[in-house]
Amino acid sequence: MNILEVEQLSIWDQHSGKALVHDSSFQLRKGSCLAIVGESGSGKSLTCRALTRLNPKSLAQSGKIVFKGIDLTTLSEAEIRQKRGKEIAMIMQNGMSAFDPSCVVGVHFRETLGQHLGWKRRVADDHMIKAMERVMLQKPVELLRKYPHELSGGMLQRMMIALAIVLEPDLIIADEPTTALDTISQYEVIQQFLLLRQTIGSSMIFVSHDLGVVRQIADEVLIMRSGEIVERGTTHHIFTNAQHEYTRYLMATRATLSDHFRQLMEGS
Amino acid sequence: MSIYIVKRMVLAFLLLIIISLITFAFINLSPLNPAVVVLQAQGIPDTTEELIRQTEQQFGLDRPFFVRYLDWGMACLQLDFGHSYVTNQPVWSTLGPAFVNTFKLTLVSSIAIMIVSVVLGVICALQVGKKVDKTVRGIAFILTAMPSYWLAALMIWYFSVKLDWLPTSGMDSYRSYILPVLIITISYAGIYFRNVRSSMLSNMNKDYVLYGRASGLKESVVMMHILRNSLQVAISIFCMAIPIILGSTVVIENVFAWPGLGSLSIRAILSRDFPVIQAYVLILAISFVIFNAISDMINAAMNPRLRNGL
Ligand SMILES: Nc1ncnc2c1ncn2[C@@H]1O[C@H](COP(=O)(O)OP(=O)(O)OP(=O)(O)O)[C@@H](O)[C@H]1O
Ligand SMILES: [Mg+2]
Repeated sequence: MNILEVEQLSIWDQHSGKALVHDSSFQLRKGSCLAIVGESGSGKSLTCRALTRLNPKSLAQSGKIVFKGIDLTTLSEAEIRQKRGKEIAMIMQNGMSAFDPSCVVGVHFRETLGQHLGWKRRVADDHMIKAMERVMLQKPVELLRKYPHELSGGMLQRMMIALAIVLEPDLIIADEPTTALDTISQYEVIQQFLLLRQTIGSSMIFVSHDLGVVRQIADEVLIMRSGEIVERGTTHHIFTNAQHEYTRYLMATRATLSDHFRQLMEGS
Repeated sequence: MSIYIVKRMVLAFLLLIIISLITFAFINLSPLNPAVVVLQAQGIPDTTEELIRQTEQQFGLDRPFFVRYLDWGMACLQLDFGHSYVTNQPVWSTLGPAFVNTFKLTLVSSIAIMIVSVVLGVICALQVGKKVDKTVRGIAFILTAMPSYWLAALMIWYFSVKLDWLPTSGMDSYRSYILPVLIITISYAGIYFRNVRSSMLSNMNKDYVLYGRASGLKESVVMMHILRNSLQVAISIFCMAIPIILGSTVVIENVFAWPGLGSLSIRAILSRDFPVIQAYVLILAISFVIFNAISDMINAAMNPRLRNGL
């Protein structure tokens, strides 16, 4: 069964009329992980944000986005807001900039949990602390009282994952969640993603430059190039039997970067 | 945070000492012998050696530099800035009330400037690129390009003379404040609201706003975070505007015959009344240092990253 069906999604700039994503259709099976791969500027982030209508107003979109049987494009602003975070959660690329720099990080979690579940501060903190322990964060009580700049990118990344564990969304969208991290933190974060899928069984869209990571985590892969999907298939198929020349090019260039990473993964 | 406050206060204190030393030195390094200036200021034409020595003794001008500086500094702390060379009155007896008058005008104007800058800045940022934004920015551009004395004359002519709604000059009731405050506000808020606007705009494009929305937070909650981060600019504006206006009310005070520091300092400078000039410069410098420190502390309270900067 498909949890998400995107039909003919197009995104364009309203001022210039320039098409940024063109006629893209894809499906996501319940419980599976879809990786979106492609070079910088190919429209991966735009596609991810378009799913919950988070692109800036200057961009327009058309097409259907059917999530659990409901077309998200027909929902009102208030209705889609209730789905954001609760049913479709986003994990940001750069943890350091994903939190309000003038508030301790606990504020974001309290606000989000209060919004969706009506929890008071105490209850929200208790749940966050339990979830943070599960993603191997030490001293969670103190972490909640830290400002973003006092924490590392990997820690913040795991805190976002912890929030997702509490909210148990049906779909998690992770837009290059490991790009800003060093290799060790990358490894830890990927472990948490694998764990996250096991524990709450959510489906996942995983954007990444790093084919080594994609191979570990994804069931299916979409290859995007300048706003269009050029190839798709199961991870195994893409890695062994790529048809499109652009995919083969991506395969050839990835190797050196992720060698160290693969050593880590295989050593575990 | 408390460590930051202590550090910042120590820094402010050091600055004050340096500034007072410089102020004192400048006045004393002036090529004119102060004793001669005193005599001239008092209208005595013949300055004999005898008379000069007498005057030096009378004003303690014959003692070493640092002794005089320490004496002067201690006295300043008690608001004793010596006696005017011209009137022989204690400096503070004329400077004090003038300072209070200017400070009142400055404070009211700064509050007005902050409110107007924030309101316009926020509105323009929310409506960026739309008609409201363009109109406000256009009008602000024209208004700030006009010289303030010309604007003042125009407004006096219209509101005070033609319509007879407001007093033309002086400082009699709250109505006397309206025109001067309006003109000062126009010339500063027209510049400062752009800072609020651009700070809002840059915050609206930050990742934390996207993550807040993506987490399903209400637009009002997201907006509070944007404001919280943008308003640091507003507080800096407020704290920086006070000393700047304090030091630049000369034109407005002269147009509106406001009995403040501006008019007083001009008179003091023209008659070379050193103790008054010294006190005036010192007061301005002190308010710069103090309001700068306050602004830094408030900003550090709001933006934790700044606390490590000192
Ligand atoms: N707000 C916007 N207005 C106009 N054009 C935009 C906007 N945001 C993105 N674009 C353009 O859309 C294209 C795709 O951007 P997108 O951010 O989706 O790329 P990406 O595949 O995520 O790249 P990266 O790997 O660098 O994150 C880019 O060419 C970009 O310049
Ligand atoms: Mg991107």
